Amino acid sequence: MSNPAQLSTNVALDAVDNKGMRLEGNHGPRPKPFFTPKRIVLYSILFVACLYYLFPLYVMVVTSFKTMPEIRFGNIFAPPIEFTGEPWVKAWTSACTGLTCNGLNPGFWNSVKILIPSVLLSTVVAAVNGYGLVNWKFKGSEIFFSILIFGSFIPYQVMIYPLVMITRELGIYGSIWAVILVHTIFGMPILTLLFRNYFASLPVELFKAARVDGAGFWRIFFEIMLPMSLPIIVVALILQVTGIWNDFLFGVVFAGTQNYPMTVQLNNIVNSAQGSPEYNVNMAATILTGLVPLIIYFISGRLFVRGIAAGAVKG
Amino acid sequence: MDHSVSIRDLSLSFGNVRVLEHLNLDIGQGEFIVLLGPSGCGKSTLLNCIAGLLDVTGGQIFISGKNVTWEEPKDRGIGMVFQSYALYPQMTVERNLSFGLRVAGMDKKEIDQRVKRASEILQIEPLLKRKPAALSGGQRQRVAIGRALVRDVDVFLFDEPLSNLDAKLRSDLRVEIKRLHQRLKNTMIYVTHDQIEALTLADRIAIMKNGVIQQLADPHTIYNRPTNLYVAGFIGSPSMNFLEGDLIGGDQPTIRLESGTTIPVGGYEFETKPKSGSTKAVLGIRPEHILVGEAAASMPYQEDVVIEIVEPMGSDTLAYTTVGGVSVSARADSELDLKAGQKLRVGFDPGRGSIFDVETTNRL
Ligand SMILES: Nc1ncnc2c1ncn2[C@@H]1O[C@H](COP(=O)(O)OP(=O)(O)OP(=O)(O)O)[C@@H](O)[C@H]1O
Ligand SMILES: [Mg+2]
Repeated sequence: MSNPAQLSTNVALDAVDNKGMRLEGNHGPRPKPFFTPKRIVLYSILFVACLYYLFPLYVMVVTSFKTMPEIRFGNIFAPPIEFTGEPWVKAWTSACTGLTCNGLNPGFWNSVKILIPSVLLSTVVAAVNGYGLVNWKFKGSEIFFSILIFGSFIPYQVMIYPLVMITRELGIYGSIWAVILVHTIFGMPILTLLFRNYFASLPVELFKAARVDGAGFWRIFFEIMLPMSLPIIVVALILQVTGIWNDFLFGVVFAGTQNYPMTVQLNNIVNSAQGSPEYNVNMAATILTGLVPLIIYFISGRLFVRGIAAGAVKG
Repeated sequence: MDHSVSIRDLSLSFGNVRVLEHLNLDIGQGEFIVLLGPSGCGKSTLLNCIAGLLDVTGGQIFISGKNVTWEEPKDRGIGMVFQSYALYPQMTVERNLSFGLRVAGMDKKEIDQRVKRASEILQIEPLLKRKPAALSGGQRQRVAIGRALVRDVDVFLFDEPLSNLDAKLRSDLRVEIKRLHQRLKNTMIYVTHDQIEALTLADRIAIMKNGVIQQLADPHTIYNRPTNLYVAGFIGSPSMNFLEGDLIGGDQPTIRLESGTTIPVGGYEFETKPKSGSTKAVLGIRPEHILVGEAAASMPYQEDVVIEIVEPMGSDTLAYTTVGGVSVSARADSELDLKAGQKLRVGFDPGRGSIFDVETTNRL
């Protein structure tokens, strides 16, 4: 979610720059030199921040392509002398996670199996929630919403034990369905808030016109509201995909051993007690696990901005 | 007369805020009714109640003889046009027009026919394949009208449909709406706070204030015989001149202003003969009924005044002066070539004015 922050800094900067403009006379904004002191300071800070985050990544990437003897030799900043892809293969296919030695591969697919239904379910339910709360107000809908938001302030840990009991009663404890349910529940407050605010920003006349045209709850939702919601859906997807992929706690508690998501498997690989730690394999495994959110950020970051811009030009 | 829309004792509150209270309104078949009033007086609320978009707190609504108080909007035989157009942004004009018909499950041939007819009437055929974002404001509003048109409704509801358009387009579209009404002969209920729209379009105007209809009458009556001070002051631009004083009844009733000036009002048609004593009253005279220069000579009340400010308006000129100690405006022929500081005679016929009781604010 670094994008909105970045956007707003840009806007703020522009606003500051525009103050320099003179209103009288015919001339437009003065062409600005690139290296103003403000910019130099700004870019220096950004540069340092980048280094701060990129340096550990650099070390990880370099280490993951080294052989163990080379790593033991020290010099963690140096690029690999003898370049090897084997740690990556091992991390994916044959690293040991406790008892089994199948690498991260099963964990990856478990994560995918958890991720897709959880993201879709939570986004769809939250979208319907938000739409209902804005356009079909019922008695007590404001209170309902307040309670929902209040829910997001309760620490997760408090709810884990009750949720374990609930899922056990439902007979899904220790299965993928339990994790999906839990992710959907915990995604609800923030996603509902997101969708509610978005739908509230759409002109209410649109809803009224559709009602006069005879459309009902679902028809208005699918044919009028959803097609206008692309920007907010993208935001919801980013939030949920990264959040659920990075989840460790719910996976460990609810999924059951054979359904452990990638994060849990990674932990097991890194912490497995046998032999000396294989740093190169650990680094490769870590990067592999972090790859999905990373890719999501790269792809959707652009979509995100484009979506917001598209929303802005629409009259 | 069978009514197209009847509103009986309608009340509506948002929580504790009472917006409409015991409102009654009967609208004839094919009538063009304009709801006119200041911002926040409940015009849109009333319209939304008729449309079925708000649940009423009390009372009943009949459309075409049927009690529709609790019917869904689609079952009321109404179409609605909004100030913000409210076109579905992701649909082409054609699909915008046909949306209601598709929802109703009409067959494709019938839909195409109706869309074609409506787009002919509104001259939007070349735009059918476009999205709303690619239309001008005037075109958008035509499409919005078309959306009500295709559904073949009994009653059109307009909520300030022209307020977002510039002056030129507004008057064009105003004429077009009038033409549409003459052609279709549907009942139309039209909300605006533009007096010109109200006076030009309406068969009858309902002037609203704080959720209460102050006067419901044809434009001529509203303009010339306002029922109370509020209506008198609201309609007309510049607004009516008010001369406050004591009305002294008798055979030759007069109004004595604070300055001591007396104005004979014998020519005025009182609703009820004034009591012989004196009552606090206001004489209202429209600017165009105050005549300037030679024309004033034949008027029952005349006074020599000094012109203070002159505002040429093109076709005529507004002159500001003081009559009987009260500042007034007069609309004069621009041929007169008035100048500020000029001394001349003004006069008016109180019979053409309106007299209101100060206490009840009602017309006397
Ligand atoms: N949803 C609502 N909740 C609470 N109060 C409302 C709501 N909608 C309208 N009101 C109030 O009801 C009153 C009437 O509103 P309404 O929209 O009918 O006014 P209007 O005559 O259409 O004004 P305008 O000319 O500005 O459109 C206003 O005082 C408004 O604040
Ligand atoms: Mg309104």
